[in-house]
Amino acid sequence: MKTGAKLLVESLQREGVETIFGYPGGAVLPIYDELYDAPIRHILVRHEQAAAHAADGYARASGRVGVCLATSGPGACNLVTGIATAYMDSVPLVAITGQVPTFMLGNDAFQESDITGITMPVTKHSYLVKRAADLGQVVKDAFYIAGTGRQGPVLVDIPKDVMTAQIDIELPIGRAKLRGYQPTYEGHALQIEKAVALIGEAERPLLYVGGGVIASGASEEVLRLAELMLIPVATTLMGLGAVPCDHPLNLGMIGMHGTEAANYAVTECDLLIAVGVRFDDRVTGKIDAFAPNARIIHIDIDPAEIGKNKPVDVPIVGDAGKVLQSIIRRLARTEGREMWLARVGHWKEKQTVKDGEDGLSPAYIIGEMSDLLGDRGIVVSEVGQNQMWAAQHYCFRRPRTWISSGGLGTMGYGFPAAIGAHFARPDETVVDVAGDGSFQMNIQELGTVVQYNVPVKVVVLNNMYLGMVRQWQELFYDRRYSYTELPAVDFVGIARAYGVDGIRVEEKEDVRPALEAAFATAGPFVLDFRIEREANVFPMVPAGAAINEMIGRRQR
Amino acid sequence: MKFHTLHVLVENRAGVLSRIAGLFSRRGFNIESLAVGTCEEAGMSRMTIVVLGDDAQIEQVKKQLNKLIDVIKVSDITEQSTVARELALIKVAAEPGETRAEVMQVANIFRAQIIDVGAKTVILEVTGDSEKIDALETLLRQYGIKEFVRTGKIALLRGQKAIRSMK
Ligand SMILES: Cc1ncc(C[n+]2csc(CCOP(=O)(O)OP(=O)(O)O)c2C)c(N)n1
Repeated sequence: MKTGAKLLVESLQREGVETIFGYPGGAVLPIYDELYDAPIRHILVRHEQAAAHAADGYARASGRVGVCLATSGPGACNLVTGIATAYMDSVPLVAITGQVPTFMLGNDAFQESDITGITMPVTKHSYLVKRAADLGQVVKDAFYIAGTGRQGPVLVDIPKDVMTAQIDIELPIGRAKLRGYQPTYEGHALQIEKAVALIGEAERPLLYVGGGVIASGASEEVLRLAELMLIPVATTLMGLGAVPCDHPLNLGMIGMHGTEAANYAVTECDLLIAVGVRFDDRVTGKIDAFAPNARIIHIDIDPAEIGKNKPVDVPIVGDAGKVLQSIIRRLARTEGREMWLARVGHWKEKQTVKDGEDGLSPAYIIGEMSDLLGDRGIVVSEVGQNQMWAAQHYCFRRPRTWISSGGLGTMGYGFPAAIGAHFARPDETVVDVAGDGSFQMNIQELGTVVQYNVPVKVVVLNNMYLGMVRQWQELFYDRRYSYTELPAVDFVGIARAYGVDGIRVEEKEDVRPALEAAFATAGPFVLDFRIEREANVFPMVPAGAAINEMIGRRQR
Repeated sequence: MKFHTLHVLVENRAGVLSRIAGLFSRRGFNIESLAVGTCEEAGMSRMTIVVLGDDAQIEQVKKQLNKLIDVIKVSDITEQSTVARELALIKVAAEPGETRAEVMQVANIFRAQIIDVGAKTVILEVTGDSEKIDALETLLRQYGIKEFVRTGKIALLRGQKAIRSMK
């Protein structure tokens, strides 16, 4: 005989779970009691939202399913933003929540909330486990659903009496059995033939790759296709790192704050090969003006993404890596794309001029950081200008080295996600690029990094504004900075109070030494860069404009 | 834009209906009618969903439904040969005498059953396709409809063809 809680912990071990991010409470006490001597490491965060983000960062950095744990009611509700963040970016996550005992369900008992109901629109699937005997199978299915197909968060809500029930049962053997869930991995042969033909014929092809390529581990295939057929590559925010930043065919990021080369190329291409992307409005701008003259091949594991925002000529449902392999196998090396490559190269060259480097410019800081870290770094970001500067100026060379909330754009994501990334990849230097606003959304996690000596470096690009919103107010609301100014915060002082070391940087010549000091420190570190207050992110495509209608192009 | 009839085979589990209803409301799809009940396969239910939309929208509805883990199979049977029925109960104001006789006559024409007779009202039960029920409703309006309830459409493919979990 064993308790439901024990069965749960055994099931988690069986799924290979090593690390859980969580926060205790009455409704999960039986699980915490089991964790006390289980060979699973539990990281106590300071807010449940951070538990979800940390599990998400762990998943993105490692490619494995992240796990978070919270108590019923308020604990569960605090996970919601983290679950929604993971949902929007298709991150494999299992969120376990405690629930009031089954006989109290629906009675508005103390700390009851209908968390399966609350999270239904932001989970891939969810379970309310009513019998302890079901726990083993549910855990098996939950991990299977979270980590396969288009990945995503799965919620497992467990009433307290289910945790304490005594049952006599072995763990279910074998794999999940779900008759309504059979993801497609291999692309349809006929569609692949069509794609091969189009790729052969195209004069101005462009690869448009996104998070799906990272999730599928298809970077190598993308590069092979690009090199074999001489196709330039534009990556989405989520696709950064899919191809090395300094590869000659890489045009950089596409979209609202994308590069001129990427945005012009998509406007002029005659074939768009979209891989693991979803034609997000932050990428496409005005949808009719996106790739207006191109045939479109769309490869995605989620059939519902294909044709959702834009009609496509060749839909291919399947795993990006597998599909690209079958395409490449049928292709012969090409030549004669010199005109197109020259045109694209010309745009690329034009844009390499760096903007204002006199003050403490964010581009300079990120550039130095990139230089120092080389291949050692994982960059996590918050949301806002800091995110775009990191995306634009850091040189990402490998997949899973850029971790950022793309779909939901969650401020406060970066710091806890960085903690998760560290536990997934302890040998890498993990940096959270932050804004002063975003950092303050989960700044309490300084407590967590101290407790577990997590050597995360926080690089605050401190402009004393909610910078990105201020930028929009500057450009579109006549500089009326309505409630976007933040009073100066002594981040180094706060860090010290928690026991974390830090430096404030105000001069350009101090940037590099400060970064070196941070990276040389064994533990966590906070760098407070007082940047130019009204620095902007350029180029920029105004919301709703065509993607090649970029404003504020860099002068000089 | 036109009405489509979707036949959806789902796991008979708690929460399935709210997942489906939630999907429709979240994505801004409009459900015209939805009927659900258990079926011949153990642990499954059949749903008939009528939804208004253009081809692209219906395509999205089907794909989004298919993404739900508890959804086993989705078929658009709009263009197929089906039998479709709806059931309605209609409480009509019908004082004894001439009016009541007229109402009963109308009922007769539509093959509706009178299933309750009150002092001032009768309740009719009618089955048929949606148009028939609409027509009856229009006719009965002149007498005064006190209450009107319909089940929503249910449908099956004609003949040998069947929609089942295994192909
Ligand atoms: C939780 C949350 N609330 C509000 C927003 C809207 N928002 C987007 S960017 C931004 C400003 C971010 O400011 P800061 O973190 O200081 O970064 P900066 O843009 O200055 O680099 C805000 C408020 C958001 N993305 N997330």
